[in-house]
Amino acid sequence: MAIDLQKQKAAGNEKGAQQQLLHRKRKATEIEQSEYGKDESQGLIQAKKYIRGDKVSVKGIVDKKLKGQLRTKERLFVESALNAAKVEQWLLPSEGGYLEPDGIEKTWNLTQESIVREVDISSSKKSFDLKLPDLGPYAIDFTSSGRFLLLGGRKGHLAILDWKEARLLTEIQVRETTRDVKFLHNELFFAAAQKKYVYIYDKKGVEIHCLKSHLCPLKLEYLPHHFLLTTIDKAGILRYQDTSTGHMVVQHRTRLGRCGVMRVNPYNAVMGLGHSNGTVTMWSPNMDTPLMSLLCHRGPLTALAFDAGGQQMVTAGTDGKVKVFDVRKLQPLHSYFSPTVARSVEISQKGLLAVASGSGIEIWKDALVTKQPKPYMKHRLLQGSQVQDICYCPYEDVLGIGHEQGFSSILVPGSGEPNYDTFVANPYETRKQRREAEVHALLNKLQPEMIVLDPDRIGTIQRSAIENKREKQIVAKEANLAGAIASGKPVPLKKKTKGRNKSSKRHKKKQDNIISERRAVIKQQVNSGANFVELKTPKAQEEALPRALARFSSK
Amino acid sequence: MKVKVISRSEDDFTRERRQDLQKVFRNLDPSLHPQEKAHEYVRALNAVKLEKVFAKPFLGALSGHTDSVSSMAKSPRRLNCIISGSMDGEIRLWDIAYRRTICHYSGHKGPVRGVAVSSGGDRLVSCGDDCTVRLWHIPTSTGGEPSSVGNDVAEPVATYQGKNAFRGVDHRWSSNIFATVGAQVDIWDHNRSEPISSFSWGTDTVISVRFNPAEPDVLATTASDRSICLYDLRMSTPLRKVVMQTRTNSVAWNPREALNFTAANEDCNCYSYDMRKLGFATCIHKDHVSAVMDIDYSPTGREFVTGSYDRTVRIFTYNGGHSREVYHAKRMQRVFCVKFSGDATYVLSGSDDTNIRLWKAQAAEQLGVLLPREKKKHAYLKAVKERFKHLPEIKRIDRHRHLPKPIYKADKLRQTLIEAERKKEHRKRAHSAPGSVPLIPARRKRIVTELE
Repeated sequence: MAIDLQKQKAAGNEKGAQQQLLHRKRKATEIEQSEYGKDESQGLIQAKKYIRGDKVSVKGIVDKKLKGQLRTKERLFVESALNAAKVEQWLLPSEGGYLEPDGIEKTWNLTQESIVREVDISSSKKSFDLKLPDLGPYAIDFTSSGRFLLLGGRKGHLAILDWKEARLLTEIQVRETTRDVKFLHNELFFAAAQKKYVYIYDKKGVEIHCLKSHLCPLKLEYLPHHFLLTTIDKAGILRYQDTSTGHMVVQHRTRLGRCGVMRVNPYNAVMGLGHSNGTVTMWSPNMDTPLMSLLCHRGPLTALAFDAGGQQMVTAGTDGKVKVFDVRKLQPLHSYFSPTVARSVEISQKGLLAVASGSGIEIWKDALVTKQPKPYMKHRLLQGSQVQDICYCPYEDVLGIGHEQGFSSILVPGSGEPNYDTFVANPYETRKQRREAEVHALLNKLQPEMIVLDPDRIGTIQRSAIENKREKQIVAKEANLAGAIASGKPVPLKKKTKGRNKSSKRHKKKQDNIISERRAVIKQQVNSGANFVELKTPKAQEEALPRALARFSSK
Repeated sequence: MKVKVISRSEDDFTRERRQDLQKVFRNLDPSLHPQEKAHEYVRALNAVKLEKVFAKPFLGALSGHTDSVSSMAKSPRRLNCIISGSMDGEIRLWDIAYRRTICHYSGHKGPVRGVAVSSGGDRLVSCGDDCTVRLWHIPTSTGGEPSSVGNDVAEPVATYQGKNAFRGVDHRWSSNIFATVGAQVDIWDHNRSEPISSFSWGTDTVISVRFNPAEPDVLATTASDRSICLYDLRMSTPLRKVVMQTRTNSVAWNPREALNFTAANEDCNCYSYDMRKLGFATCIHKDHVSAVMDIDYSPTGREFVTGSYDRTVRIFTYNGGHSREVYHAKRMQRVFCVKFSGDATYVLSGSDDTNIRLWKAQAAEQLGVLLPREKKKHAYLKAVKERFKHLPEIKRIDRHRHLPKPIYKADKLRQTLIEAERKKEHRKRAHSAPGSVPLIPARRKRIVTELE
């Protein structure tokens, strides 16, 4: 390279030499080691999260066309990841929240009042209390855009609010015990787990459906991509109902008794159930038995939560422990101790863990991968009212708490994702946009057969059924042969010495003892006595009849 | 303490006036888009199904000839016209958009065997069984209006008499030279009444001729002695010849790859060759069930269309062993000539039932001006289909084509015959002395010999 440059310089073409140098440099080094500066190297680190999957090595491939195509594709993947990182760096409109204490202040000492005093007016309005003491502890749910809030009191009080504008959309009293409430694909429909059945209501409070096949439901969950409403009941039966077509997809008997803890893993749409024997089981509609079963606690589970990326799972049990597990590797990471039993556990979009026990809530930051000594924030409810249900509001730094005395919302700086994607969830949706989004969601609706533990396996090549069958046959044949040889191992030959011991006869006997597979199988059958037609000898028959009747026996 | 909470002002995230577009914000973080692969799979499946719903390739027919269409020519300067010659001696200039004849050229006393347009787009050359070569004038297009409806009957500019019947004609891509074939290969100039030079190799009839668009001096001819012969105008003798087991009906040069051509053969296959290495075919394109009559490349050089004696028109990719698309119609009989339009959007087929049919090259394509959003969506769906096309559900829908029963049955029969032959040869090889039955690759099998 240096000699070429000298030649070019000699020819007086310095510009050309520089260009050649740059060209060579770009060719020789990988993008990661190229002429990026420090700022851009940060962008490269961010770009890593946009690369899905491992790089395919092209070294072993003989086919030149395929090799070229794969190389181009890999280059495009890297480029698109870098572009996405640049978009993240420069084009996102909002910034996340944070809480930085001054001096000797600690974050867990800070109260909600002090935080509300410091933030702007519109944010301070987001922290409020709804006093609803009469109608029981409240179960809550937010829509996926975070705009609408659904309250369900134990004594049958159901209400939808546009909580940012403090506007009540609808309020009904169903006069029955309501254990759980859930929004369906948007704010137009919600489901309530009432005393006997599951009911689906409209935005105006009109009862649309009564799902009579879901008996005594305890918990509800909704899978938005599959349009599946999942319920778990007192008998421990898990039911999947398709809310777009209306048919029941499947019912699974868990056979592990009453189960009151259910959560969906948002990464792969697998249902996690927490049982009273301390196990967490994972279910999909395709299998009758759990996909996975993990023993987590010494005693019944009280709460369960998954993080948004499907990496970690947090469980809480009556043994007072809050444990963090790695879901992919199925390993426990660490455990925290809570003096009172944790009633509810929740993980925010940004990975903040909220643990509600009794009338207090603790929020832990970066507590999933590493063990934190102290929580990030603490909050205690007024009048010691017991927490029933907590839920983070998506795309806002707000945690909603449903408790005995009503509903409260607190500010948790840094918990929400600041930048939303219009095509995923839009807090400022107009009616037209909502309709279009519904249609697009229905067009892209996934089938329940696609729910698998590893969603990356969709689209991969499976070895053909014929190949598998052939392999199984070969393995079975070998096993049979081995078994046959083992069972037909020759008895040590006796050396007969009464003159009938010709060596050729001995050799022939030895050969006969190398029993074929078929003979071994038949021998086995004979020994077991199954499927074998017994040959009745005429003599045996004759002996059965008395001698006087011997003339009547058939020959 | 320093505290900040997410606070969005509604003004920044909603539109100001009703006539503005709605604001769209994207966040490409993968954690906000779970199960993307599954969604893409569902989109691919829906796209492939919709493609079948929208696959309406037949656009119309140009009818007017009174005998079967024997040859077609497209002008290198105009996209909206096609010239066809039929077996009753009539040549017509068509306006494709209005499906009308602009001009009749009558004069030939027997079947017209070949038509070609000069590189300037103003002269038409035709040859026929009446041993004449005629030159005609093509009227220039008049802006955006439809050309005046043809009751014009034009007179030939020139008529040149030859000794034997002519079987085909093709025009050189840069100058006023054209070649006719029949008893031998003749090279003519527009202004000379005698051929300026002649080539011949062997005594058999030469059936078709094609000039190479990228190498203007090279031409390929096919003869009834089952050979394909290559000539160069700059040399006085033919270049080389490859003899196959069956006759080649037509040849087409790849406009993107100067030295590659594809031959449409009588044994239902098309063979792609590299001009420099005629010892083996670079690709064999199989799918027809009867003799392939004509072949033409798309101007992109990535596809070609073939018309066959089995009443179908097939579109192949340039390096694909099987066809991408098959077109048939109940009333379309033996297809004798096919042409790919100059903008690679349409395919024209001239057949035995005196009609020229106009088809779309991409059966499900939306024609006309597309909005940028539509274009993006089409590009996305194409990419997503490409990503998942190997999976069984999608492959089954994508591959599915309706074939008329006789062709379906004929194809099945052909497959059994080929399979039987293959098995027989395999067993022969297995039970003979190793090396006594040589393994000849399919690319070489059909070639008898290569001659210089």
